[in-house]
Amino acid sequence: CGRPGHALLSLSPHPTADIISTVEFNHTGELLATGDKGGRVVIFQREPESKTAPHSQGEYDVYSTFQSHEPEFDYLKSLEIEEKINKIKWLPQQNAAHSLLSTNDKTIKLWKITERDKRPEGYNLKDEEGKLKDLSTVTSLQVPVLKPMDLMVEVSPRRVFANGHTYHINSISVNSDCETYMSADDLRINLWHLAITDRSFNIVDIKPANMEDLTEVITASEFHPHHCNLFVYSSSKGSLRLCDMRAAALCDKHSKLFEEPEDPSNRSFFSEIISSVSDVKFSHSGRYMLTRDYLTVKVWDLNMEARPIETYQVHDYLRSKLCSLYENDCIFDKFECAWNGSDSVIMTGAYNNFFRMFDRNTKRDVTLEASRESSKPRAVLKPRRVCVGGKRRRDDISVDSLDFTKKILHTAWHPAENIIAIAATNNLYIFQDKVNSDMH
Amino acid sequence: MLPRGLKRKCSEDEAPAGPLQRQSLLDMSLAKLQLCHMLAEPNLCRSVLIANTVRQIQEEMTQDGSWSLPGPQTAGRSPRDRLVSTEVLCCSAWAGPAPAPDPADLASALQAVPATQVPGAMPGGPWDRAVPGESQGGFPRSLDQVFGTLESQGPGTVEELLSDVGGSYCDLDAVLMGVVGGAKSGPEGLETFASVAAPPRGTGCKADLGELDHVVEILVET
Repeated sequence: CGRPGHALLSLSPHPTADIISTVEFNHTGELLATGDKGGRVVIFQREPESKTAPHSQGEYDVYSTFQSHEPEFDYLKSLEIEEKINKIKWLPQQNAAHSLLSTNDKTIKLWKITERDKRPEGYNLKDEEGKLKDLSTVTSLQVPVLKPMDLMVEVSPRRVFANGHTYHINSISVNSDCETYMSADDLRINLWHLAITDRSFNIVDIKPANMEDLTEVITASEFHPHHCNLFVYSSSKGSLRLCDMRAAALCDKHSKLFEEPEDPSNRSFFSEIISSVSDVKFSHSGRYMLTRDYLTVKVWDLNMEARPIETYQVHDYLRSKLCSLYENDCIFDKFECAWNGSDSVIMTGAYNNFFRMFDRNTKRDVTLEASRESSKPRAVLKPRRVCVGGKRRRDDISVDSLDFTKKILHTAWHPAENIIAIAATNNLYIFQDKVNSDMH
Repeated sequence: MLPRGLKRKCSEDEAPAGPLQRQSLLDMSLAKLQLCHMLAEPNLCRSVLIANTVRQIQEEMTQDGSWSLPGPQTAGRSPRDRLVSTEVLCCSAWAGPAPAPDPADLASALQAVPATQVPGAMPGGPWDRAVPGESQGGFPRSLDQVFGTLESQGPGTVEELLSDVGGSYCDLDAVLMGVVGGAKSGPEGLETFASVAAPPRGTGCKADLGELDHVVEILVET
């Protein structure tokens, strides 16, 4: 086709030392944070558009890199705790500094990021290098002045929220009240106050009295973007539970249970596994929820519990391959999903470094690829197609030649603009909508 | 009967696979669980999903008869006894399509019922909803006596239950007979039956699971 509906411009990919495990824009989209398997956080900042260099329109450059988590050893259980960053969430900016929460399997940390672009000069007692001056050389007093310096970004850990979780943390979510946040592991969800590290409140506990009766775990959770008393959590059985913290201290009883009836014609031994929700995200409006399970993304209306209002097939051609995907464990891959700023387009990753976008209004969808080979800087991305038999076009990929080791699990969408960040193993790709300023 | 799930052989796309493929899936799953156990800290979500899959396969194999049940266990906890007794309860509630059991069978079933279904065995909840407080069919008084020992929520609950169920007796039967209990779409009454049926199957089949049980025990204790 002549000109694709969505023309995405590729900005230069950023290789990182380790496998990227999470990607998150801040609330303005000016900053983009990535966490990796080695416990490092890399923050990118968008360069302001400059008239003198029109080509560097809003490119993201490295702003700061720091080691967030180190590998730890749990002596009681004789287990090593991975330093891999599972999630990063930005706090809304309240002053000149930026803050974010980063978490590994067990410990959440609050980091403060500040800029320093001036430094005092002209001390009386110290020289330029900070060494004490020989007092006999000091003949007059001067007032130190602030002089500009090269920008320095300083990151410091402000809080460490430890020992709150027995099981592995899968989600964190900052409340709209900007004072509290929650962290969820496989069986429990805790509520923390950002200023208090020595205690947290348990708000959901699905651990059975007898662990042998365990058949369902928590897979993801998120606070409602506007209502500070509401949050949702998803389960490995494909259900969503909306909870109201005003109703009870322990939110084991949900306010609403969102569950789609099983399709009896599609039943198999893998039905439960593929129904497990790997990610849940509220829309920006707060009216809808987006869920990702193994083969689909679904949009749910908070006012309708019986079934999702929209279901999009991500890679239905895998339905006949479930046994093989179970064998090689790919069936347990947890893909994330994302809304665009206006909640009209949704995005999620897939295999072979493909990612998919679905336009909720036009019902059109597109498959794109994030790879060095197909995305030179400033190149326009070409839509891809997976052929499932029948007639095959020239650039189609057949299902059997998909690379299942190249999975795009983590994706993020700029809160306002059509800029997306895609993590493909070690590489971070940032794509920007060049041709169409709005996709909707 | 709920339609049987399609089973796929790993290297093939088509055609429901037979018991051989089901067995290989079971073996593969058990191997995965054992591997989990060897890891220092297994991924709990993955382990739970695999364990659930194993249970599903074994339930279906039990139903097929390819998995033999043990002899009656102590305290009347054998799944077969339990299934018989709950079937009798169903027959009483939906007098329509189901033929009334022999009085002799009923007598033995009624013997079994108090032993397995006193509130102590399954505290509260599901049994309260599931048990019809009203009499139907041919033996109201006997059943009333039995149910008198259980908490009854009165006719209101029963009406709800009966109106919900309607023609879906088959689904209930399937659930109770041990088919994969995925009755998510069923009305509330059915779901409570499903949840009740599940634990007995679990405990009854404990001896059957053997190796799996051992693995899961170790797994969840870590």
